This record gives sequence, structure tokens and C-alpha cells, in this order.
Amino acid sequence: MRFFKIFLLIFLFTNVTSANVEIENNNLKSKILKNIRCLVCQGQSVYDSESEFSDSIKLLVKKQIVEGKSEEQIYEFLRDKYGDWIIYDPKLNKNTYILWLLPLLLFLLGGAIMINKLKFKK
Amino acid sequence: MLVSQIGYYSLILGLIFSLILSVFSIKDLNSFNRKIDQNIFTFSLLQLTFVVVSFLCLIFSFVKSDFSNETVFNNSHTTKPLFYKISGTWGNHEGSLLLWLLVLTLFIFLFIIKSSNQPKKYRILTLLFQQIIIIGFFLFVLVTSNPFNYLFPIPNEGLGLNPILQDPVLAIHPPILYLGYVGSSIIFSSVLASVTQNYISSEWAKHIKKWVLISWIFLSVGIMLGSIWAYYELGWGGFWFWDPVENVSLMPWFTLTALLHCILVLERRQLLTSWVVILCIASFMLSMCGTFLVRSGILNSVHTFANDPARGIFILVFLFILIFLSLGIFFIFHKENYKDEKKFFLLSKETTILLNNWFMMYFLSVVLIGTIYPIFLDVMSTDKISVGPPFYHKLIVPFLIPFLIFMVFGSKLKWIKSEVNNKNLLVIFFIISIILSFFITKNFVRDLFLYPILIGVSLFLFFTTVVEFFNKKNVLSQTIAHFGFSLLILSILLNSILSSEIITNMRVGEKYYYDKGVIFFKKIEEKQESNFNSIVGHFKISDKRGNITNLEPELRVYNQPTIITSEADIKTTLLKDNFLVMNLVKGNEYFNIRYQVKPLMLWIWISILLISIGGMISFFKEKNEK
Amino acid sequence: MKNKIYLSIIITFLIFCFVIFYNGLNNPNIYTPKINKKKNIPIFEAKDFSSGANIRSGKIFEKNTFYVVNIWASWCVPCREEHELLMKLSRNKNIKLIGLNYKDNFNNAKKFLNELGNPYSQILIDKNGLLSIEFGAYGVPETFVVNKKKTIIKKFIGPINEEILSQIEKIIK
Repeated sequence: MRFFKIFLLIFLFTNVTSANVEIENNNLKSKILKNIRCLVCQGQSVYDSESEFSDSIKLLVKKQIVEGKSEEQIYEFLRDKYGDWIIYDPKLNKNTYILWLLPLLLFLLGGAIMINKLKFKK
Repeated sequence: MLVSQIGYYSLILGLIFSLILSVFSIKDLNSFNRKIDQNIFTFSLLQLTFVVVSFLCLIFSFVKSDFSNETVFNNSHTTKPLFYKISGTWGNHEGSLLLWLLVLTLFIFLFIIKSSNQPKKYRILTLLFQQIIIIGFFLFVLVTSNPFNYLFPIPNEGLGLNPILQDPVLAIHPPILYLGYVGSSIIFSSVLASVTQNYISSEWAKHIKKWVLISWIFLSVGIMLGSIWAYYELGWGGFWFWDPVENVSLMPWFTLTALLHCILVLERRQLLTSWVVILCIASFMLSMCGTFLVRSGILNSVHTFANDPARGIFILVFLFILIFLSLGIFFIFHKENYKDEKKFFLLSKETTILLNNWFMMYFLSVVLIGTIYPIFLDVMSTDKISVGPPFYHKLIVPFLIPFLIFMVFGSKLKWIKSEVNNKNLLVIFFIISIILSFFITKNFVRDLFLYPILIGVSLFLFFTTVVEFFNKKNVLSQTIAHFGFSLLILSILLNSILSSEIITNMRVGEKYYYDKGVIFFKKIEEKQESNFNSIVGHFKISDKRGNITNLEPELRVYNQPTIITSEADIKTTLLKDNFLVMNLVKGNEYFNIRYQVKPLMLWIWISILLISIGGMISFFKEKNEK
Repeated sequence: MKNKIYLSIIITFLIFCFVIFYNGLNNPNIYTPKINKKKNIPIFEAKDFSSGANIRSGKIFEKNTFYVVNIWASWCVPCREEHELLMKLSRNKNIKLIGLNYKDNFNNAKKFLNELGNPYSQILIDKNGLLSIEFGAYGVPETFVVNKKKTIIKKFIGPINEEILSQIEKIIK
């Protein structure tokens, strides 16, 4: 009886975890697909598009997730084949330092101007 | 055909009267009459009338499917339903420019007749600055974008409008959006006039506030309509994609919101005058810049109009002429008040409004830089990068936390100097919010840091704005608008983490079991409408609690042009939306199904309406006080 | 004085923006990736069209000659139009023409070749489109020129025409 209970527990547990893994993989796949540009469409992500190209990419991403590749590895693969343009998240490299840092610099600049020009009193 | 002639010459007459109006206005500037020359009213009405006539002519041509008109040919079809024939008028480049002219001329006419209690020179100068814009657009239309081009031989049938654009929400989206977007032109003209007259004062602020409100309200509703359309029509359950065209409509909203708050300061105290001027100029310049980005073909987007570099160059030059003009006027005429050394008290409404502006400008810079940077990079190095949702989320979301916290205190503080009342109540709310947030996010979110705090702070703001309704001394417009805003942020956040999605392939008759229930693909039905054939899928979704949802997504095949679209079926309730879309899988009888459960979608739209209602209350309030 | 400095900075910045936008208008909007990053052909394994056996890329590209890889499908209308030029190209002794049959039905593809001729010295099957992605292709038709060092030196998106054909012939001399 005890053996049966343990067996049942293990059975249920593995089922639950494999289902969880599938849901997780699907979530990861959706997340990645939303970040990939459909190169033959006008401003749509692969997730939103039904083109041939998107279908191939969806298959590729699924295959690589199952192979155990990480999100960043998949992006790197696609960037290598198609250039940075295909990924919606601009990587932080020499091309994009200004892109990422300028808003933050402007924020600090704004703060500095505010403190400088306006006279505050408690 | 005759109608096209009338429409075309109407535009020419409109331009002529614009020029006459400008000449008369310059004359009247120097006259010693205390009242404005009656002719000016007449000519601005005439200018407006001719644009209206021209616009009606174009609508008429669309309704009659007059394919001798090139614009009608390119954008319409005899089988289109009447409603969409009419709305197709402004759903294209040339027609939408007529809409620009319509709003420009309408607003200046309304301005001139409704500003009788304002200084004469100021009113005329506002008119003159607006005329520069109007004449520029007349020339733009007549030279590069004539809506009345003649086609010969006359085709029998038009090229049809994209069926995705045949939607009631999309039909009213441009007029409403333009009332806001183009309406900011009045603010621009007015501030330039005011600066030259050294009229930046609380009196001017009271007067211009109405126009800021109009522009802001219509812009908010216009953006909302665009999102609603994208959600119900375009997408896969998304309502905002950080697409360049969307960003372009959002940017003036940031400056207008900042401006709205600053005007409140200027109304009461002579402070922030330079900043208000800059915001007024920036709002319309962003509109113009947006028009340039969208119509010139420089950006790649699903929403862009047909590309034509000639149009792009015209708008670019026009835009920069206006920028340099404003720059010149600002530096030559603007005088800062150094002698009244009014001071800011740290704990006051003015300070929190400054904080609001600080963050608004940051959000603006993120969106602006994200949208424009790829262009700069491409020109300077021919490297092409994409800037999409991850960029905007990473830079905006963390800053929402301090922003929302400042908003809590902002509405509570009084003018000039204040202290925080009801400290205990605030602390209690804060603790409740954090705990509640933790319970909500525990099962849904991976990283236990950013989102729980963010939701906690949104709840905090939500509770404090709700409580404000019970405060007898509350300013109703502010209370509703801030409540709407907190509801908006909360709905968007909760929707984004609580939404779930199932993607699978199914055949007719199959059942798909998932963790919360089962999807049953009941049957397929074929239908025929006036300009498309469709395959309707009937699905029954039963969840474990016994709730049943029936959804019927469609696949439509349009005939002219031949396009296949996928229409999602969305059941909207107060609590959530059930969303189902299906697509054919190539080569076999499977259908690819996407089923989404999206909580609180309706509240996103309701909250934007609430924000606008807050604005409307403010708009009508002053009238009663007179 | 301070004002004048601000003013000149702003004006310079605005002129800079104007120049950028002006140039941006004249740039083509369709993205053709720079082939400055000369990439080697991918390493892969694919099914051969005629024999049905799996072959490795090393074997396919083993000869010391230029290769032209052409992605095609029987259902692709522009592929029909460019096919004649491919037949012409295949007669050139300096190259080997490799075909990539993209997301196609085997019988339809066979019919296509019987009807229009077979210019390919070897054809690989890309049933799901993944092989084309390995080459960095967007769709069909697409043509790549591979040099003797096994690097992809030129990429043509869309059907080839006379002009492109002469370009290819110049490269492979």
C-alpha cells in the first residue's frame, strides 16, 4: 500500500512537472517570438505574423528551446544570421550606448537644471 | 468629375483667402481700432468654408465611387459598405491632409470668435502664426498631395481599401485624434503671439488652458481609439506595440500632460514661464515631426501611408522652418522675470508638478530617442537596429515606481506651502497595498522585486485616489483624472501579468484539455457577405467552474484586393476578455488556435475615458464660474 | 552671453538633425544586410533530392570552385521566371549550381523540373524552411554566391534578372 502511494505520488509529480515544463517552454517561446522581427512584414513581430518566414522562425525557436538553448543564445544565433535588425531588444554594444544612456543622462540633466534654476525653500 | 473640380478650386480659393486674411491681419495689427476688423472674421470663416467644401467634395466622390479621382481609385471600391466609403475619405494620405486643414482652419476660426476678452494684438498675432501653418499645408496639399488628381482613362473599379481598415472604431479614430494632435497648433500659434507681446501671464494661462484641455482630451481619446482598434482588429491580443506611428501620437501627449499641469502653476503664480513656452512649442513641433516620420517613408511600420520622398522633404523643410521660427521668437522676445524672486517651497503642489514634468520629459525622451535613434544610426553607420517593446519597457517601467509615489503626494499637497495630512492613513494604505500586491503576484511573476513593488505602488495610488472622492474639498476634475490614471496603470499591470494564453493545433470535432478547462472545436460554418466570404469556427470553452464561453473566430477572404484576414472573437466582460483567434495550418485540415484570457481589458479603456472626463469637467467648470 | 552659447548649441544640433533626416529620406527602406561580414557557409546536414540520402555540407561544397546556391519552390511564381536564367548560368563551367527546394511537395517539385529543366548539379530538400534560415535567407527565391574559400560573398533577394546574371558571371571569372 505504501509502495503504491509513493508510486502514485511520483507519477502525479512527474506529470505535473512535465506539464509545467511545457507551459514554461510555451511561455518562453512566446516571449522570444515577440522579440523577433518578421523580416518580410511591415513592422510586425514573428509572434504576430503568419508569413512563411515567421513559420520557419517559430519552428527554429521551438527546436532550439527543446535542445536546451537559452534565450540569449537563440537571439545570438539569429543576430549572426540576419544582423541586429531582427531582434527588437537592442543589445548594449558600441552602436547602442547612446540609445540606452541618453534618456538616463537627460533625466539627470533635468534634475540638475531643476535644482539649479529654481530656488527652493523649506 | 465636376465635383473634383469644385473640390480642387475650393482649395485654391481657400489658399487665396488665407493670403488675403494674412494681409488684412498685418494691416489690422497696426491700426488703432480697439476692435478687430470685421473682415478678419469674415475671411477666416471663408477660409474654413472653402476647406469644408473641398472636404465634402472628396467625401462625395468617395460615396459615388468616382474613379476619375486618383485618390478614390487608390482607396475605394464599389462593393465597400457606405459607411466605409465615407470614412475611407480620411483613411489615406491626401484625404487625411484635408482633415489637417479642416482642423487648422476650424480651430483658428473658433479661437478668433471666442477670444473677444483678450488683447487685440495677441489675437491677431495668433491668427498670423496659425496662418503660416495653414498656408504651408495648403501648399503641401496642392503641390505634393492633391486629392483631386484626374485619372484618364477612368477605371471601372477601384483598388479597394485594406479590409483591416474597414472598422467602425478606426473610422472615427483619425478625426478625433486630429482634433487633439492638430489642435495643438493653436497652442503653438498662441504662445508665439503671446511671447512677442510679453503676455505670458496668469491671464493668458487661464485663457489658453481651455485650448490645452481640448487638445489633450481629444488626443487621449484618439490614442485610446487607436489602441482599441489594434486590440480588436489587428492583433493577437495586444493593444500597444511601441510601433513608430503609435509612439508619434504618444509624444505630444506627454508634453500636453506636462503643459496642462504647468498651466495650473502659471495660472496662480508667475512661475515657470519659460518652461511653459517651451512645452507649448514642443507639443506642436512633436506633432509636425510625427507627421514627417509617418508620411515620408523614413520609418518602417505597419501603419505608414504610402511613401514619397518629395512629400518627406516638403514636410521636413516646413518643420524646420517652424522650429527655427519659434527658436528665433523665443530668444528675441522672451523675457524672464528675474526681479520677482518667487520661491518654491519644497513641500508644495508646485514642486510635485515639477516632478511630474521631470518624469513626463523623461518618458518623452525614451519614446523619442527609441523612435528616432535607428534613423540616426542608419544614416551615420548604415547599421540597422530595431528598437522594440523590450527597450521601452526596460527604461519606463522602473521609473513608474517613483512617479506613482510622487503622484500620491502631489494631489495631497496644497499650493505654495503645505504639509502632508493624514499621514497615518497613508501609511496604512501603503502597507495594505504592498501585502495585497505580494499575494497577487506571488503565483504569476518570476522576479520577486520589480513587479510586486510596482503593483504595490499602483494599488497605493489607487487607494489614495479613491479616498479622495470622499474628501469634501476635493477638486473633482483632478480627482477623477488621477483616479482614472491610477486605474489605467493598475489595469495595464495586472492585465500583463495575469493574462494567459494557449496555443495549439486543432481539427474540427477535437477537444483540447488544458489545466483550467477544455476547448471544444465544435464545427465550421461558411458565410457570404457583401465583399468577403468567411469561414467561421465555432468553439465552446468550458472551465472547471462550469462557466461556458462560446467563441466564433473567422477567417475572411476579401475579393478586392484579395486578402485573407483572421478575425478574432473577443467576449468582453467587466472582469476579463476571452479572446480566440484561428488560422489555417498549411497543408492539412488543422487550424492553429490561440486562446487568451485577458483580465481587466475593459478597465483600460474605461480608465482613459475617466481621465478624459476629468479634463472635460475642468473645461466646463470655468464656464460656470464666470 | 550665456544665452548666445545655448542658442548656438541648439542651432548646431538642429542643423545636424536636419541633415540626418534629409539623408535618411534617401536611404532605401528595405533592409539588405551588409555582406561586409563575410560569412562562411553554414555547417549542416540535408536530404538529397534525387537519392533521398542525407548529405553533409562538407561533402556538398567539397570541390574547389564557385558555388551558387538558389532557393526555389514549385509554388513560387517568380521562381518560374528566373528559371531560364538559371539554366543559362548552369552552363557556366566555373560554378556548381546547388538548389534548395523550399517548403515544397516532392512530386510538384519533380514536375517543375521536368517541365522547365534542371540546372542544378545537386538539390537539397528544405521541407520546413530551417535550412534556408541557416543561410540567412528571407524566403524564396533567393540566390547566394559562394567563393572558393567557402564564404558567402553576395546575396540576391528575389528573382535574378539579366543584370544580376551578368553580375554573377563577373564575380565568378
